Formats: sequence, C-alpha cells, structure tokens
Amino acid sequence: MWIFIFTEILLFGGLFLVYAVMRNRYSDEFHQAAHQLNAFIGTLNTVVLLLSSATVAMSITAVQKGEKRKGVMFLFITLVCAGIFLFNKYLEWGHKISIGLYPGSDMMVGLKHGYILFFSLYFFMTGLHLLHLVVGSIILTIILVKVQFGLINSGKYVLLENGGLYWHLVDMIWIFLFPLLYLIT
Amino acid sequence: MTEATTHSFLENTGRYKGILAWLTTTDHKRIGLMYLYAMMVFFLVGVVLGEIMRLELFRPGQQYISAQTYNGIFTIHGIIMIFTVVIPGLAVVFGNFVMPLLIGARDVAFPRLNLLSWYLYILGAAIALSSQFMGNGPPDTGWTFYAPYSTQTHTNVVAAVFGAFVLGFSSILTGLNFIVTIHRMRAPGMTFFKMPLFPWSIYATAWIQVLATPIVGITLLMIIAERWLRIGFFDPSLGGDPILYQHLFWIYSHPAVYIMILPAMGVITEIIPTFARKRVFGYKAIALSSLAIAGVGYFVWAHHMFTSGISTTAQWIFSLLTFFVAVPSAIKVFNWVATMYKGSIDVKPPFLYALGFIFLFMIGGLTGLVQGSLATDIHVHDTSFVVAHFHYIIFGGVGFAFFGALHYWYPKMFGRMYNFTRANIAFVFLFVGFNLLYFPQFIIGLMGMPRRYFDYLPQFTLGHQISTVGAWILGIGIIIMLLNLFSKKGAKAPDNPWGGKTLEWTVPSPPPHENFDKLPEITGEPYDFE
Repeated sequence: MWIFIFTEILLFGGLFLVYAVMRNRYSDEFHQAAHQLNAFIGTLNTVVLLLSSATVAMSITAVQKGEKRKGVMFLFITLVCAGIFLFNKYLEWGHKISIGLYPGSDMMVGLKHGYILFFSLYFFMTGLHLLHLVVGSIILTIILVKVQFGLINSGKYVLLENGGLYWHLVDMIWIFLFPLLYLIT
Repeated sequence: MTEATTHSFLENTGRYKGILAWLTTTDHKRIGLMYLYAMMVFFLVGVVLGEIMRLELFRPGQQYISAQTYNGIFTIHGIIMIFTVVIPGLAVVFGNFVMPLLIGARDVAFPRLNLLSWYLYILGAAIALSSQFMGNGPPDTGWTFYAPYSTQTHTNVVAAVFGAFVLGFSSILTGLNFIVTIHRMRAPGMTFFKMPLFPWSIYATAWIQVLATPIVGITLLMIIAERWLRIGFFDPSLGGDPILYQHLFWIYSHPAVYIMILPAMGVITEIIPTFARKRVFGYKAIALSSLAIAGVGYFVWAHHMFTSGISTTAQWIFSLLTFFVAVPSAIKVFNWVATMYKGSIDVKPPFLYALGFIFLFMIGGLTGLVQGSLATDIHVHDTSFVVAHFHYIIFGGVGFAFFGALHYWYPKMFGRMYNFTRANIAFVFLFVGFNLLYFPQFIIGLMGMPRRYFDYLPQFTLGHQISTVGAWILGIGIIIMLLNLFSKKGAKAPDNPWGGKTLEWTVPSPPPHENFDKLPEITGEPYDFE
C-alpha cells in the first residue's frame, strides 16, 4: 500500500508541477484569482478531513484492542466527515457553476489567461481529489461492514490499516491543495 | 512430494476446468503465459500494420492507402507496440514466469493483484484498439499524442489515451508486486548480492514502473480534460503551453524505454553465462549499472525536445546527461563480452539471439549518441534516422532479447524442446531481414527523409525498397520462428536442458504448481560454473 501511495502522490505531483509552472508564469493573476475562493469553507474542509484522519486512526486502535463497537463508530464518524466535505464541495462548485465559472464556459474563456489557468487547476485538482475521496469512502464503507460482521478483527486487520493509510493519503493531498489554492491571497 | 508439487502447473487441480481454470488463476506461471499469448497476438497485429506501411512506402506516390489512413496506421502501430508489447514486454511474461523461480519463491507477493494486472492489460488494450472502430476515425496523432494537435483533432484520441491510462495501471501494479516479491520472498540465504541478475533487472524496472508511470497517467488525463472540458493547460489561447505537454509526456516516456530495455539486458545476462559455461564477469557492476540506468534515466527526458524551443542551457544539460546514461549500458556490454572471453561457447538458439542482441543494441545505442549530441540532432530529428535508431534498440534489442528468452525458457515453460535447426534458420531470416529493413532508414534519414511521412521524394526510393524487402524477409523469419515453437509438440524437455546454474533449472519442466518441494537454502554465488 505504501508503494501504491507513492504512485498516487506522483499522479498528483504532475498536477502540482503544472501548477508550479503556471503560477510562476502568472503569479499576479493567480494571487488575485484566489480571492474568488472561499477560504472559510476551505478551512472548514481542512479541519473536517484532519478530524476524519484522526477518527480512522482511532478506529484502527479500537479494532486492535478488540473493541468492535468503537471501531465501527469511529469509522462511521470518518464517513460522516467525508460526507460533510462532499457537501461543502457541492456548495462551492455549485456556486461557481451557477455564476458561469467552469472549464470551457463562455465566461471562463473570456477571462485573463492566469485566471483561466487558476480556475482550471482548481477544478481539475479538487475534482481528482474528490474522486479519490469518494473511492476512499467506498473502501472505508466496505471495511466498516466487515468490522461489523467480524471479518476484520483484532487478529486480522490488515485491510483496515491499508484503508486507513489510503484515507490519510486523501487527507494529505488536501493539505497540500488547500494552501496552494486558497491561501495564496 | 506434496499435492502441490506432483502435478505440473499446466494440469488443472482446482475447482475450475478448461479456460476458466486459466482465467481465474493466481499462479504466476499461468499468468505469465496468458500475458505471452495475448502479447503475441498484439505483436502480430503490430507487425501487420508495419508491413502495410512498408508496402505503401515501396514506391513514391500513393498506391494502396490514403495519407489519413497512413497516419492512423503509424499511430496505432506505435500504441500497440509500445504500450501493449514492449513496455509490458519481458517483465510481464518472463518476470512473472521465471523471476519467482529464480529467487526461490513459490509465487509473487500478491497473486490476486497479479491477475488483476492481467485483466487491466487486456481491458486497456481493448479500449485502445476500440479507437480504431468508433465514430470519428482512428487517431492520427502518433503514439506521442502531442498537443495542440491531439487536443483538437476530431479523431478518437480519448479512447486511445484512456486505453493507455488503464495499461499504465496494469504496469504500476505489476511493478508494485515485483518490488515487494523481491524484497520479501527471496529464499533463505539469498541476499540481494546473491540474487541472479535477471531479478536485479526486474527490480530496477519495477521501480521505474512505479515512479514514472503515474506522470504519464495524469498527463493523459489532462489530454482528455483539454478535449472534453477545455481545461487550457496546453492551449496558448487560454494561457497554456504545448511544450508543457512534451515535458510531462517525456518525463515518463523516457524512463519507459528503460522499462523496456532493463529486463532485456537481464535476460542476456542469464543466457550468456549458461552458454559460455562461465560465471558472469562483473556481477556487481551489472547489478549496480541496472540501478544507475534506472536512476540517471530520469534526468534525460528533454533530449526528445532539442528542437522544440527549449533554452540553450537546457539543451546542453540534457545532452550531457544523455551521454552519462550511455555509460552503464556500455558497462554491461563490456561485461557480457568479458564473460564470453575464454569461456566454453555452446551456440544454441538462445545464445544466437543474445549475440544478435549485442550487435543490434550497439548500433542502436551508438546512433542514440548521434541524437544526444546537439548539432547532429538538429539534422536528424524527426527523420527516419530516429525511426531506425529506436527500432534497433527496441526491436533489435528488446525484441531479440524477448525471442532469446523465449527460446531459453521455452523448455521450462512448456516441458518440450523445439527444433534447433529451424530455430537457427528463423534467426538468420530475422537478423538479415531486420538489418535490411532498418539500416537503409539511417541512410535516407541522413539524406533528409522525414519520419511519419506517407510519401517521399524520388531520391529516397532505393532505400525504401530495400527496407520493404527487408520487412518481408523479417516477416518470414517471424513465421518460421513461431511455427517452430508452437505448431508441433517436440520431445519432452529435461529439467535442465542447457546446464544452467540458476534455480529454475532445479525444478521439473514444466514446474509444478508451487514451484519447489522444499524452499532452497542458498549458500553459494549464482552462476558458479568452474
């Protein structure tokens, strides 16, 4: 799983490379475009994901100690956090799309180049992250069911650990995305 | 003997029968063969596409196909050969089949993941091939999918690109599996430096697969995003830069050529000591040079971009690094030749292919330096000189090594021998045909013949005609070779037909399901001939 995580980091790494090149080229416009993003929601999302990483780690400890109910509860909280994140993203994206700001839109094409690239990167990077969050949630849901049915227990919890590791990756990618997109004002 | 070691892996012992027993297998040997069969089909399709191109190029002017069709053909020829044949290549066939045997393991670390890798391989190939038959016509961008053309052409770029993306995942998971296998599952007593050199090469390859492939993955997704969403990264009218695409593409695709060649070099390093009956000269040098090639290979990508407008500083830095990366390869060639020196040479078919490899790889490598050198590259970039260079390396190198590996491990894989005389005749046709096909392309390239061109000026006619005749001779060689290997059952093969000293020759031919009765304990060095 660690090796797989490195490959995911490299996958996003390509996008971070594009971001670095474009920001270097259009630094003022990136700086201004970032004002359009809601730093409050971004911060909220960051806190929510950090919390979810904590709860998934707690569920691993609980299962290791044989406390099935706590294990299931912490996983459930993790999934609730994922749901909050998804809801916030829906609000953010929904707002932008409603004012016509999405890749390929007429409004987007009419903006200055640095603005276009900033928002393109915003949608692409948060979109790809969102996909990984959804996949991670599905994996954690399956794991939750398995813990509930005792298929994952204190003697056999590799799947839970790997799922938790993947979730930490999803969190960590957001931790890098957040300042680069929201805090460069 | 246990239940798992009395029956050869070719016999079914599980719940399923027939083809289902293969499609649900997690046995690395069966998976290796499934890759082999699929790959041979894709290879033959690629060969036919190549032959069609050569037929059209026999005379100047249009004869059989239109220019658009020609562009579609060289594109899919490249996609098939690169993404479904040579990148998976020796690693998925022989890495899967033989590597666990060579390290004294019963299977790979994650057998079910291994099967998933195979399914992703088939799926990716199917998606890429579907691009030929859908809606707006086969892609005509070349296998390199350069922006801005790839983001604007109406042809089926997305299907081809997405197929390559799925194939990339197959590659990543295989690399992951092999890294963990080599780290965790070597037999007791087999330290890294007691491991044979084919697993060393697979190890270096696996790291490249894991670290480089994701970059092309995201780049291909960006192409799809450009086409579907007008994301703008490569579109100057939206602030983007097409050269950024080239950088991202080659950051993977250069290391990819080392994914292709490292296992090939590993096989040559197995074949030569066996048929020279002498231990490998410079074991550590070969092991470490594999890692050096993998490492330095990450830093040379822009040598594909010397004429694209990058700065002079960038040009000479990448040129210098390109010269550096040639050194570890040269080290290997010296070591192979030194292994043969004062050995007791037995010229069996695998050894012929190994010799062919050394000759053809040298030509390919040296002509690579012509391109690595800035002034000469300006002259030969995008000419058929480049086409000849990479075919010498990929086909003459990886291809001949693949044929050599096939002839070397065939008795182990299928439990049968094959006819040596016919194998040697096939080799002669392949070798002569190959050189007639590609050597003239160096010459006409120097004279100015562009690559990916469906028509040409009259002065290149002779070169093209020799080349096409070479293609026909090569084609005959392929047919003879495959008929020899796969049309009739030969004599039963002994455990060790070649007198090899590595672990795969200590088990029956073909091996039983779990490879070893008892896991071997390693005390000596590999290749300990007297």
